[in-house]
Amino acid sequence: MSESIGNEMYTLRINGQDRPVVDAWVGESLLYVLRERLELPGAKGACEQGECGSCTVLMDGDAVCSCLVMAATAVGAEIVTVEGLIEKDPSMAATAEVIASQITDVQQAFITEGGVQCGFCTPGLIVAVHHLLDKNPDPTELQVKESISGNICRCTGYGRIFAAVEAVVQVRKASR
Amino acid sequence: MYPTRFNYESPKSIAEAIALLHQGGGEAKILAGGQSLVPMMRLRFAAPEMIVDINNIPGLDYLTVDADGTIHIGALCRHSDLEKSSLLMAHQPTMAAAAPVIADPIVRNRGTLVGSLCHADPQGDWSSVMMALGGIVVAQGPNGRRSIPAADFVKGPFQNMLAFDEIAIEAIVPAPKGIPNGGYLKLERRVGDFATAGVAVAVESSQGLIIRAGIGLTGVGGSTINATAAAQSLVGAPLTAGSIAHAADLAAQAAQPRSDHRGSASYKRQIVKTFVVRILSGVVESMERAA
Repeated sequence: MSESIGNEMYTLRINGQDRPVVDAWVGESLLYVLRERLELPGAKGACEQGECGSCTVLMDGDAVCSCLVMAATAVGAEIVTVEGLIEKDPSMAATAEVIASQITDVQQAFITEGGVQCGFCTPGLIVAVHHLLDKNPDPTELQVKESISGNICRCTGYGRIFAAVEAVVQVRKASR
Repeated sequence: MYPTRFNYESPKSIAEAIALLHQGGGEAKILAGGQSLVPMMRLRFAAPEMIVDINNIPGLDYLTVDADGTIHIGALCRHSDLEKSSLLMAHQPTMAAAAPVIADPIVRNRGTLVGSLCHADPQGDWSSVMMALGGIVVAQGPNGRRSIPAADFVKGPFQNMLAFDEIAIEAIVPAPKGIPNGGYLKLERRVGDFATAGVAVAVESSQGLIIRAGIGLTGVGGSTINATAAAQSLVGAPLTAGSIAHAADLAAQAAQPRSDHRGSASYKRQIVKTFVVRILSGVVESMERAA
């Protein structure tokens, strides 16, 4: 009758690729599977309670806490992690220079504006900011604050993160 | 931070899900948004033997309004669906006020209203809102469907009225008999924290008189509090500064707050009173604008 997924293989759709997950227990969180089984350590595990937002990924276009989504629930969904925001050129070696040349405008703005300190919350924030600006290219200050209110940063005090978002908004506006 | 082992089932229909719950014999739990259940399992407050994931059952993510104004919220309708809904903005001010203050935006993308009602957390916002609105939970089990008033649905902290083999498939807000108005206010120390106190007020007015009122209180008792005396005091009269102050006092008396790290009991009572006054004063303003 129902589809009972035991310890057999299942496939997740991540960053545009089908990624088989072999011999894994289905009760694992999406976060655990991404980090420990699929070599995608961009999403970070901190609170594991949906409080901090460091594990934020996109699931069918919505920002979600990957720690609170069971991997089995994510079967059939389109998952984008922070790694998937970059359009990688597979012909180029993954040196620091090449990676630096491929980062997104949001990532660059975080660097330029000093929005990164310890860096732990950064991948979640980058995903959340991409999600915001994709849905709302010209957010008000309040909308920016609201949209990243689920992503906790204990270093920056947020001021430089808001500055980075504002910088991206201005650059994207100018290039439209 | 790992949950105990469980069997995972992903039924494709409600009937299949009910059969699984029945088979689980009380040790199975429905997974909808998972924004409360998964943390509970991590902390091992909950250790279900079977998880019945309803996310693959089609047709449960609806939010519809009937011609008479009855609102139906399906079991997979997410908080963010409610937050973005122009239907709610137009038809249901209390719900429209509550949707944007549930948890944080990332949690709202997954969590569901019906799941939140079932979770029956005394700090849950939707239980107060549904109580204030006289809402109904529709449960489906092996013997068919039954309707449970939201006011009776919560039995206690984290306890609801569902039988072990029943699923809450939708929440209903009955058609208003007058013009619906109201609001939801909550005080939280930071976004996503549990409420220090929250107040849901829903009124219906006709020709300047309040013909129905409901007030639900969040986070000021062992479970969601239905401030019936406060609500009843408003019915049959126009809203005045005096009637608002009286209802606010009664609501504060109905609260059963405890002093904790979020504030003292008397502080929380004061918040309840203040919020009732603020919401009802807003209602008066909007009635005056409409007139």
